[in-house]
Amino acid sequence: MTFSEIFDQYQPQLVARIGEHFWLVGVAMLIAAAIAVPAGILLTRQPKIERWVLGFTNAVQTIPSLALFGFLIPLPVIGGIGPRSAIVALVLYALLPIVRNTYTGIKEVDPAVREAALAMGMTDGQILRMVELPLAARTIMAGLRVATVTGVGVATVATLIGAGGLGDFIYRGLQTVNSNLILLGAVPAALMALGADFGLGLIERKLVKGRVS
Amino acid sequence: MPSEAPIRLSEVTYRVGGATLVRDLSFDVGKAETVVLLGRSGSGKTTALRLVNHVLMPSAGEVVVEGRRTADWDPIRLRRRIGYVIQEVGLFPHFTVARNISLLPSLEGWETARVDARTRELLDKVGLPDDVLSRYPHQLSGGQRQRVGVARALAADPPILLMDEPFGALDPITRAEIQREFLAIQETLGKSILFVTHDLREALLLGDRIGFMDRGRLVWMGRPQEFRTGSDPRIAAFRESLS
Repeated sequence: MTFSEIFDQYQPQLVARIGEHFWLVGVAMLIAAAIAVPAGILLTRQPKIERWVLGFTNAVQTIPSLALFGFLIPLPVIGGIGPRSAIVALVLYALLPIVRNTYTGIKEVDPAVREAALAMGMTDGQILRMVELPLAARTIMAGLRVATVTGVGVATVATLIGAGGLGDFIYRGLQTVNSNLILLGAVPAALMALGADFGLGLIERKLVKGRVS
Repeated sequence: MPSEAPIRLSEVTYRVGGATLVRDLSFDVGKAETVVLLGRSGSGKTTALRLVNHVLMPSAGEVVVEGRRTADWDPIRLRRRIGYVIQEVGLFPHFTVARNISLLPSLEGWETARVDARTRELLDKVGLPDDVLSRYPHQLSGGQRQRVGVARALAADPPILLMDEPFGALDPITRAEIQREFLAIQETLGKSILFVTHDLREALLLGDRIGFMDRGRLVWMGRPQEFRTGSDPRIAAFRESLS
């Protein structure tokens, strides 16, 4: 079968799989950002827990994705078969780049700027909101971009625990030695990764506009 | 006898990690007076400044600002009554000049019209044209940045200024120019200023009194003309380094 025949045959499913894939990654990134950005901020305030938190996120990163999905299946509440486990796994993978970039981005703010802010009587919350986060925005966004692009790729494995997504086509293609079917999953996944990177890049530029650093 | 001095340090010692950065420091800064702390790098001058605005807390002794010990002040309220200028300026790179200058008045809840008027007034005072208001710090020269830094420190009209080698990074001509303007501004504003420098000429030019610091101690304090003729060997050595 040619690619266009495969495309015609699977077109209705394709839209559904893209939707699932997008949903898995999107939800996972929102949760990951909601956990990891505050965690990164906390690290800059509590240097003592730095090793502990970065150590944990590093360790998670070393678990092969296939194994991580497998580990989650028997777990209650956060595990099991289906999208829930997949989202948990994607969140865990996304933590490291976001935490680390949030932490680094804030740490790299010019000490003279922070000193001036402190000495003029800004509260810690004001310094964070008005000075540190805006100046760290580019680095934090870079972490989100890396996490999202990686997440789109990792999410293709989610099909193995019944979470759907574009991985469905890829694994069915592998089993039936049908490279066109593999492409039907891989090409949209690649485009989604590029699109996400581009979209987040636009947001990033909006956040840092006016400043050349 | 109660002291009226806006800044008073009494036997202040500051230790950190086994090192004593400042030892038994006692002096005051009177109303509308400029006291210059002079000394080499590492003599404890900057530490003394940071003790005044409660960025550092004394290990012993007390720092009294406007009649109240810094330990009893709400640090945020205290710092908003003290303008601060540092050599690196530390302008907010993501804010325009206008926003940099007006930040503190805005935080203090001033009305927009009053903030705008104040920003323009200060810009004029430090000798900058109105068209820099919409620029970002990286679009300014070093001298312009330092002027904006001074304007920012003066924004909420604090009675006290702390200045840490504010003109140290400027070329000699710009520095001399800003020093002269600074004297003129101080003449009209009458702030109580604690000024730190390692530049003897600057100390002699700007100070009403000079305090000479060496290894965390204040070893001499007096008027500039006395400094020129003082016989203390440590002062003499510092003077000779210039000639």
